[in-house]
Amino acid sequence: MGSLGVKLAGIVIAVAIVAVTITLYISHYLRSPTPFTAAQTGPQRASLVLGTTPAAGSLGGSKSWVSYLVRENGHWDRTTVFDVPAHSLVHVTIYNFDGKSGLRNPFLSQVQGTVGRTELIDGKATDVINPDDASHTFTVPELGISVPLQGVEDDAKNQCPEMPCSLKQAHTTMTFTFRTGKPGRYRWQCFVPCAAGFIDGFAGPMQTIGYMDGFVHVI
Amino acid sequence: MSEPRHFRRILWIWLVVSVVATLLVVLVAAPGLPPGKSSAEGTGQVVDNTVLLGISTPIAVAIFVYFAYALIAFRHRGPELEEGVAIRGNNRVQITWIVVTSAIVLFAAVYGTIRLLNNGSGGGQGSDPIAKPSGNPLQIQVIAQQWAFTYRFPSFGGVETAHLELPVDRDVELHVTSLDAIHSFWAHDLGVKADANPGVDNVAYVRPTETRSFDIRCAELCGLWHGHMFDTGEVVSDGAFLAWIRGQQRIFAPATAQLPPYRTRYEPDPQRRAG
Repeated sequence: MGSLGVKLAGIVIAVAIVAVTITLYISHYLRSPTPFTAAQTGPQRASLVLGTTPAAGSLGGSKSWVSYLVRENGHWDRTTVFDVPAHSLVHVTIYNFDGKSGLRNPFLSQVQGTVGRTELIDGKATDVINPDDASHTFTVPELGISVPLQGVEDDAKNQCPEMPCSLKQAHTTMTFTFRTGKPGRYRWQCFVPCAAGFIDGFAGPMQTIGYMDGFVHVI
Repeated sequence: MSEPRHFRRILWIWLVVSVVATLLVVLVAAPGLPPGKSSAEGTGQVVDNTVLLGISTPIAVAIFVYFAYALIAFRHRGPELEEGVAIRGNNRVQITWIVVTSAIVLFAAVYGTIRLLNNGSGGGQGSDPIAKPSGNPLQIQVIAQQWAFTYRFPSFGGVETAHLELPVDRDVELHVTSLDAIHSFWAHDLGVKADANPGVDNVAYVRPTETRSFDIRCAELCGLWHGHMFDTGEVVSDGAFLAWIRGQQRIFAPATAQLPPYRTRYEPDPQRRAG
């Protein structure tokens, strides 16, 4: 092969590498964050274990941003897109490692749209919390679901400043169940202005899917 | 061969086409345009749009007729182009133009002012509205925040709800405000729209005239989920409304106990984590 052939082959290979890289990047961008499928726990029953942290830490993305995460087999993964089965009961557990920020609209301090219109906070059934004690909410407006998350006490010992957090560290545990209907894609968000360092606490992670916003795919 | 009377021809063509087109627009097309006739304000807007279209149709026809006539009658046919006669002004045309356009603009200004003063035309009038309905309207506060509307009913214990139901054939006084960024409450099926600004009480009136569901959208780009900031409201009978609001009072009693006293505007304290 002459020098011209080598040059042409080099150019073709370089172009191919660039094209594949761009394709993979766009593909990754369109599919991220990767959906997490709720664990099937029985016929028309599924389970979802989530967590909230004051900072994503070493789990990627913007390390200092407040974030929701999923927990599977004792490990944390940073995604906020959840696949849940249609016409089913979805049992949700949320471990909250974050402090109290307070709700801008106290209306959202009441549990809405869950089975029995209630949640368990550290095992205790409640239908409303003190709005000032809210750390976050898990709210799916189109499904009428809104669950306030009780914040960790300011003076709690062994607090977790960033992920990965251990369940031995200070946290609150919220559990609730909601019933899904027909398949669809529903956005969810946190309604607490919890984005530290951003104007009005509602920029950055509050405006970025993968942190305090995401989708519930009912499939 | 003498030159035909172009102006007279154009005038006759315009007159005939205008009468036909205006009748078609006013009687056939305009009454079916949005927002429809589901409220007094919506009906008023359909009337306004019909009047404005009725005025603008002869103007549009005049432009198109002259354009078509010029293309046909003034098309160059000779072997060579010749410079036309210089036009040095025409008092009759100029005066007619000034009088007609002034009359149209003045009519639009007077008509618009009268219509606005009549019932506000479904728009936000600020905290001190001029066009108020008589009687005792139902007061509802629309609270916008990123990214949802909620609704507060001061005459029903200050209960706040996630959805909106309105009684038919009753004036409703909407107090639109925001807790964070700028939003805009737009129930387009009912012809009512008002900006929602933080710390501002923006009053708009609406009187639904038929039972139906209606869409609510945010009409001000407000962040990530602006496109998802929508809801579906219902206009129901008076009895159904009372049953619904009593049910909401019962369901949201725990949240109501946590709400601040009703005010026409809220300026939430800076949150602990907010920057």
